[in-house]
Amino acid sequence: MDTDLELLSRLRDGDEEAFVMLVARYQQPMLRLARAYVPSRAVAEEAVQDTWMGVVKGIERFEGRAAFKTWLFRILINRARSAGVRERRHATVEPHHAVDPIRFDTNGQWAEPVEPWTGDSEDRLEASTWGPALQSGLEDLPPRQRRVLVLRDVEGLSCDEVCELLDISPGNQRILLHRGRTRLREILETQIAKA
Amino acid sequence: MLSLRRRDIVCQQAVEMVTDYLEGSLPRRSRRRFEAHLRACPNCAAYIEQIKLTIELTGTIEPEDLTPEAKADLTELYRRWRSE
Repeated sequence: MDTDLELLSRLRDGDEEAFVMLVARYQQPMLRLARAYVPSRAVAEEAVQDTWMGVVKGIERFEGRAAFKTWLFRILINRARSAGVRERRHATVEPHHAVDPIRFDTNGQWAEPVEPWTGDSEDRLEASTWGPALQSGLEDLPPRQRRVLVLRDVEGLSCDEVCELLDISPGNQRILLHRGRTRLREILETQIAKA
Repeated sequence: MLSLRRRDIVCQQAVEMVTDYLEGSLPRRSRRRFEAHLRACPNCAAYIEQIKLTIELTGTIEPEDLTPEAKADLTELYRRWRSE
């Protein structure tokens, strides 16, 4: 598979096929990220389209210091932010529990054993089985958690990259990551119990 | 039943430390207590494995395929942008 940099250098020369290949690679990840900023799919698509225009017209400005994906996401986040609803900079922090307190006894120890998911259930942990549940769980997360989860756990960016892209502190990033991950774990646990 | 010492952490605290632990951001002393707890508590050990599997599975969410229409639209736009 061609690397991003190879495709970019072809794009600089006006190679349409290279553009189509980049679109195939990043359109859906960009839409997923944009949806964490704007209220509708249509607006997300517009932000993504704007981003591609920015890429085509601003390709000379890409210096290759960051990965192409990070550069692309940065442009997208800027466009999506201006298209999205204005948010309060400091949203109220609601109390959160990684695990429902009802699952612990009065000493703070698990009231019932935690079932391991590995071993017998390993076969049941096929990505294709739980993909849809995870996908909709991700979509239901509050936007700030969703952005961090998408960038960290779906796209595999580093903590530093995410903090820079989202303009948040590492501590804040960890809180959002913690809430998002524990919520998705809960969803999987419910699904696995039902299976 | 675990016998608790004063500085030991309990399960309900441990589950809140998992992300900081995996991110490598627990201070050394907390990390040692957390790891000691995991060694002694099969439930929390199972819990952290569940979190790791959750992360792994989240990383395998497949993007839907791009529709041919969307691809054609963007190609059309590309030609326009290039000619502007």
